[in-house]
Amino acid sequence: MADFDVKYVAHLARLDLTAEEELKFGAQLGQVLGYIEKLKEVKVDQVEPTAHAVPLVNVTRTDEVRPSISNEDALRNAPARSNGLFVVPRIVE
Amino acid sequence: MLNRLTISELTSRLAKRETSARDAAQACLDQIRRVDGNIKAFLSYDAEDALAQADAADRALASGNSPTRQPLLGVPVALKDVLAVKNQPLGCGSKILAKFISPYDATVVEKLKAAGAIVFGRLNMDEFAMGSSTENSAYFTTRNPWDPSRIPGGSSGGSAAAVAADECIATLGSDTGGSIRQPAALCGCVGMKPTYGRVSRYGLVAFASSLDQIGPFTKDVRDTATMLGVISGRDPRDSTSVPEAVPDYTAALDGNIKGLKLGLPREYFIGGLDKEVTAAVNAAVKQLEKLGAEIVEISLPHTDYAVAVYYIIATAEASANLARFDGIRYGLRVDGADPGELYGRTRGAGFGAEVKRRIILGTYVLSSGYYDAYYLRAQKVRTLIRQDFLKAFEKVDLIVTPTTPTAAFKAGEKSDDPMQMYLSDIFTISCNLAGICGISLPCGFTSSPKLPIGLQLLGKPFGEQTLLKAAHAYEQATPWHKERAPL
Repeated sequence: MADFDVKYVAHLARLDLTAEEELKFGAQLGQVLGYIEKLKEVKVDQVEPTAHAVPLVNVTRTDEVRPSISNEDALRNAPARSNGLFVVPRIVE
Repeated sequence: MLNRLTISELTSRLAKRETSARDAAQACLDQIRRVDGNIKAFLSYDAEDALAQADAADRALASGNSPTRQPLLGVPVALKDVLAVKNQPLGCGSKILAKFISPYDATVVEKLKAAGAIVFGRLNMDEFAMGSSTENSAYFTTRNPWDPSRIPGGSSGGSAAAVAADECIATLGSDTGGSIRQPAALCGCVGMKPTYGRVSRYGLVAFASSLDQIGPFTKDVRDTATMLGVISGRDPRDSTSVPEAVPDYTAALDGNIKGLKLGLPREYFIGGLDKEVTAAVNAAVKQLEKLGAEIVEISLPHTDYAVAVYYIIATAEASANLARFDGIRYGLRVDGADPGELYGRTRGAGFGAEVKRRIILGTYVLSSGYYDAYYLRAQKVRTLIRQDFLKAFEKVDLIVTPTTPTAAFKAGEKSDDPMQMYLSDIFTISCNLAGICGISLPCGFTSSPKLPIGLQLLGKPFGEQTLLKAAHAYEQATPWHKERAPL
């Protein structure tokens, strides 16, 4: 917790913060992490983790082609589109 | 005043042709115009579309369709802004989705429409369902119909306020750590979180996928049973929905709770609990005993760790789920020289403070070197919390608690202190971690100002029938659900 670096973690999350946000979130999350420390009191050596509480395992479906939304619908909310495709910034020179 | 009716009252009048669906929809729209300038439950609504759906319902009624075949035929139902309705806005109370239009219907929306409901309106919420007051909405704070200086609770605050203010007959919300039950308690209506897997999450924008569940807000318990019956069931599009038969939930409402064993967890009746809340819940327990229930003291020993576990697991899942908002395929885009810069700028500009805090916390607890210490440990303590409940349910049929430690707080009171805000969910969070079902219903009021108090009942996995039976028996023996907010 002492090495909690807001700026570094925000970068991992691809989340730009203002200097003011860095300062404020750093203090607030420091407090939350301090609170979370209480979990260290619990003895968990012999305990299995729970990822979810559903009484189901390995739900599969048959591998078959089914209708889905159209290209037009899929692109409807795109910030930039062209020729039925999403437009993104150049990633290769 | 058709907007004040319950589902059962309205559908009975519609079946007898004493009124029309158009008049019911118009009454709701009139009430919205009259009170929503103050209450601010709705982000938007399409009046013309609502009336067109009402006319279609009237035609169906005229051609002989009945509530037995379509239990919501002609009933106006509004939705939290986190559920997809084809060709309608879907914003999650966030700027990053300000212009998003849904390309498809959520499964619950398909089911509501098939049941004949008039599905309209986008209800305010904390951004991406992260919050307990609607103060994290990117647009405005919804007000509590009982006292507009106070918050309605959250994150489904708009859904609760709209029902409490009679702006519609029923609503849907989503509950990840109490986001249905807490606002239902603070606004004085009935709100239910079904068992995880009971209701399909297809078309619900994901916050924390192992905890999220859709549920109804209504004016009484019978209406909750009706709504739950409509929206429940296995859906091939949500692999976590469970192929458990959907019973007729209204059939269980016979008022007979003789011999039902109700557990009072001693960990829920300690410091921080408001005096008037304590008194109201104790009186409710006495009432349940009078109705024939047997009260048993129980222990849920890991209660004290639930909030910490929740804020690790929920934020970890959120940080992964919200990675999709990257400015590429939909939503806001703030351009950058390369994709990395575009992502960072888009997310920095599009998300509000609480969403940013939770993404950072979630990213941190999942990051290399911290995963075992935080995330894995939290998952293990989650196991212990779930075991607490399953052990308790070997001895009792239901668990009774307050829904919230206090009645509605003032807007602004906790908005700058995330930790205090998180602790307001202390009684509702465990239910999601354990994957069980829970309901909140009115059990009294504070004296001055007069604010609703909520009673929470928790049930076994897929034990909704027993939960509704007990809630209904209590409700019918008490006057609280008949009280209306002073508007």
